[in-house]
Amino acid sequence: MGRMSFVGRRLLQLIPVAFGVTFIVFFMVHLIPGDPAASILGIHATPRAVAILHHEWGLNRPLLSQYWLFLDRLLHGNLGYSLYYGQSTSSLVLSHLPPTLWLIVYAGVLSVLISVPLAMIAASRQDGVRDHVVRAVPLVGLGMPSFWLAFLLILVFAIKVQAFPVSGYGSGFFGHLRSMFLPSLTAALALSPVVIRSLRASMLTVLGAEYITTARSKGVPGHRLFLRHVLRNAVIPAVTVLGINIGFLIGTTVIIEEVFAIPGVGQLMINSIFQRDFPVVQGVTLVFAVMVVLLNLLADMAYAALDPRVRFDR
Amino acid sequence: MNEQSMSGAQMNNVLEVNDLRVQITSRRGLVRAVDGVSFEVPRGGALGLVGESGSGKSMTLRAVLGVLPPEAHVVSGQVLLDGTDLLTLNQASLNRVRGPKISMIFQEPMSALNPVMRVGQQIAEGPRIHLGYSRARAEERTLELMRRVGIPDPERRYRAYPHEFSGGMRQRVMIAIALACEPEIILCDEPTTALDVTIQDQILRLLAQLCQESGVSLMFVTHDLPVVAQICQQVAVMYGGQLVERGAVRDVLLDPRHPYTLGLVRSAPDFEYVQDSLRPIPGSPPSLITPPPGCRFHPRCDFAEDDCRTGEVPLRILPGGRATACLHHERCLEALAADRAAR
Repeated sequence: MGRMSFVGRRLLQLIPVAFGVTFIVFFMVHLIPGDPAASILGIHATPRAVAILHHEWGLNRPLLSQYWLFLDRLLHGNLGYSLYYGQSTSSLVLSHLPPTLWLIVYAGVLSVLISVPLAMIAASRQDGVRDHVVRAVPLVGLGMPSFWLAFLLILVFAIKVQAFPVSGYGSGFFGHLRSMFLPSLTAALALSPVVIRSLRASMLTVLGAEYITTARSKGVPGHRLFLRHVLRNAVIPAVTVLGINIGFLIGTTVIIEEVFAIPGVGQLMINSIFQRDFPVVQGVTLVFAVMVVLLNLLADMAYAALDPRVRFDR
Repeated sequence: MNEQSMSGAQMNNVLEVNDLRVQITSRRGLVRAVDGVSFEVPRGGALGLVGESGSGKSMTLRAVLGVLPPEAHVVSGQVLLDGTDLLTLNQASLNRVRGPKISMIFQEPMSALNPVMRVGQQIAEGPRIHLGYSRARAEERTLELMRRVGIPDPERRYRAYPHEFSGGMRQRVMIAIALACEPEIILCDEPTTALDVTIQDQILRLLAQLCQESGVSLMFVTHDLPVVAQICQQVAVMYGGQLVERGAVRDVLLDPRHPYTLGLVRSAPDFEYVQDSLRPIPGSPPSLITPPPGCRFHPRCDFAEDDCRTGEVPLRILPGGRATACLHHERCLEALAADRAAR
């Protein structure tokens, strides 16, 4: 069974997932009290003006036929038009996507940079003081809500120390790197505890494996032993854990983008919800769902690339 | 230590272990896994270390190489490799010795090979590190080693992973790894136990042949007496963390002078003088947390007298250079004579 057919089958699985997501999101959005026409027209809203807008947007039709229309458009690659910005949803999402992707990738990199050394320290002496500290402290991070952690980081590193900007996306690669540090760190700190624990556990298993004794009996020096033999094996189960937590990470970015005023997809989503901009909410949710599935697929492919024993059978 | 200060005996022995003691900290107490073991491996020779499971033979082997599990540690003793005490070396110096001077082959080749590293790279790693070989030269050396240990089509197999190999082929890879830097001695921890009988024989023949060709010494841990008879010149018998008998293979296996060795020989199925029915050794191995006083074998021994139950029973040298810890070793002679008469 080849790699391509594996990827193809996983992409086919996207169709029912996407369908289910659109279904749930479409009806949930309409459950939220509030009316986009009323919120656009504001204090000038007259029943007649509201009715005209409803007719224009098709909101006066039965819900099922609205859903049908939505699906019909979707199959033609059209995510609909924003009720607010007068733009297509897809161009809105596309223009908001780069900051979010930055955040996800940056947070992923930071959480690896945090987790690998800490897991290594913990595993190097099982049940020692360092082990207990490394296992306990990140739990505090796990227990702290991201928005709270974000404010703490802003307070310390952006206001007191002024090492990083309080908010925004920055401009240019290094500008992004600097502006996005605190938001990414917030997400990374939320993600790291799970990764640290999984890495620590797999490192302990690997350290007890006979092939590590073989490597030592060959006289492989410490750093090479760690990179080529321990980490390379220990990272495999951790990749799965990271993959499972990608959905969680994406959910966190929505809140983090709001706190740090990052013009990403998460912020677009929150604004659209408040404005009852139905097509945009639906579009963004769909994009998030597709993103979770694709990133999970990426994690599975990384797993297979790291472990030669895995073949694309299922 | 330099060459001049080495005694004559050390020159003839590649490895000399003196009064080695290894303890394991466990929940139930301190386990004296290896309790004052001394032996030497002659240069170019093969020493077999035999005993049942839990007798401390594997621990002895791992202590020699300094790869004990974290809960075990060496309490005292000397491990002299070419006159250098390995137990006094720091990690970096030890890493320079492992590979070019001493190496090891394990029981389970599947778990002893790194599952995510190509077989060729695992063999090439030693020469890359210790001999400073370039990538190309290390690959050349690896292909040569693979041919030498009988792996067919090495050019293709170089890029394969361990799970793509059969058990026997994996053990050949382990042997190639152990040989890669031309060590003076290879420690073998039951290298054939996990293999089919026909493959066992192939691997043993290969090891014996490599020994002859390259003059490498072997220390061979096993519970399999026929294997010892096939490959070793010297044998040491371990019981309850101590050596109970040692000497030339022919002497010890054909004419045991310790009731435990006698029991091993009697319970082995294919020795020329063995009677029709196999005789197992009654009882079970001693606790190494609270070992019995006196001779550790006395609770299971037919010949035990009062003097066996108190005091230490160190190895005593017998005529012909062999040694036994048994106070009443003449009784073994009588028992063997009775066996042969009954046949």
